Amino acid sequence: MASVETVFLSGDQWLKNWLFSWGMPESWVFLCTVVVYAVAVLLFVFANVIFLVYLERKVAGYMQQRLGPNRVGPGGIFQCVADALKLLGKEDIIPASADRGLFRLASLLIFIPATMLFVVIPFGREMIVADLNVGLLYFIAVGSTATIAVLMGGWSANNKYSLLGSMRAVAQMISYEIPLAFSLLGVIMLAGSLRMSEIVAAQKDLWFVVLQPVAFITYFIAATAELNRGPFDLPEGEQEIIAGPFVEYSGMRYALFFLAEYANLVSVSALAVTLFFGGWQGPWLPSWLWFVIKVYFMIFLFMWVKWTFPRIRVDHLMGLAWKFLLPVSLVNVFVTGTAIKLFQAMGW
Amino acid sequence: MLHHFAAVAVFLLAGLAVGIAALAVAWVVRPKRPTLLKLSTYECGLPTQGPTWVQFKSGYFLFALLFLVFDVETVFLYPWAVKFKALGLFAFLEMVVFIGILLLGWWYAWKEGAFEWK
Repeated sequence: MASVETVFLSGDQWLKNWLFSWGMPESWVFLCTVVVYAVAVLLFVFANVIFLVYLERKVAGYMQQRLGPNRVGPGGIFQCVADALKLLGKEDIIPASADRGLFRLASLLIFIPATMLFVVIPFGREMIVADLNVGLLYFIAVGSTATIAVLMGGWSANNKYSLLGSMRAVAQMISYEIPLAFSLLGVIMLAGSLRMSEIVAAQKDLWFVVLQPVAFITYFIAATAELNRGPFDLPEGEQEIIAGPFVEYSGMRYALFFLAEYANLVSVSALAVTLFFGGWQGPWLPSWLWFVIKVYFMIFLFMWVKWTFPRIRVDHLMGLAWKFLLPVSLVNVFVTGTAIKLFQAMGW
Repeated sequence: MLHHFAAVAVFLLAGLAVGIAALAVAWVVRPKRPTLLKLSTYECGLPTQGPTWVQFKSGYFLFALLFLVFDVETVFLYPWAVKFKALGLFAFLEMVVFIGILLLGWWYAWKEGAFEWK
């Protein structure tokens, strides 16, 4: 079991030794390994995204008492391969009246924050690309920049639906950014660090979801809204504004937005696991396997919510963020602070 | 420390490379047959009415202002939360006052109807 646990770490060590044997300076070895990490993380993300698209449709199917995709391959498992190939062969239509430069740029920019978020995710014991000392802050900061690409894409298409959709997306994403950031304060106060590895280590005995249930629920709601997933999918609202910011996108450009959305679902679930469910820690199984299991549990929660609740109304959406989640998360910070000071005074 | 951010830069470029590679592959395989109708703006099949880039609802701007206020607050709260256990009771009370003032502002914004979506 020990070898399964360290299979990735020993691979990393082997790569470093191999590069050193070529007489490379240390900084070059570091750069080369990071490039390998980037490729590995991207492969992990792509594999998950392809599976998630299938899983989403299957979960949706079973929740609506139908089968979901079941024609292409056993149980419809090759459906996403067929979809990907179809998207690859689709014509790339850029509307004549669109701002061509921005329209193209937006589809390129959308995947950058989605990739960068995985830098600070601990995939397993000592399996983190860069354990930044500002890890959590970095995650929130980079995550919020995705808003720019969505606004850019929606505005440049010169289409009323996409403009409406992107405006809604921005309003929603900045409103839910606040409760999201506040809900994580309780975790930071308990862990005393923004470093992901230390936050995971602080949960060795007790997961933070037990100590911070309110923070977890706040985070979960705010994260659902940040992902623009149902019941907060107003920016995309298929029945009213077709697909929001992505109306005019077709083929591979649309696929990039779609990919980024699912990549963000993975990274947000991974953050929830890291902060509230003890990260990669768990008995018997290898740490990275525990991480994947927990992440898929979180993803299933997100899907469950999406296919259970109807879409929320826009005034309720804003009210929920500003009138409910914001004060609740602030009070949570206050209660956590008082409790920590009380325990410290009692000498625990 | 600095080499950690080199990793961040590598991932930034990797994210960009994914987009470029995907579009390049698609550019090779996809058909390119634009017609005037295909390139027209999609508005459910009808010809598009009026300009899109018009002055927009100010309600969005109001929420942007509120966001700015509270986002700056998070910048103050994060370092405080990191060092919370090491700080004394004074720092805690100080933050209670700080959050209190903000809650006062929050209550005022609510009273003035800034949170209503009209």
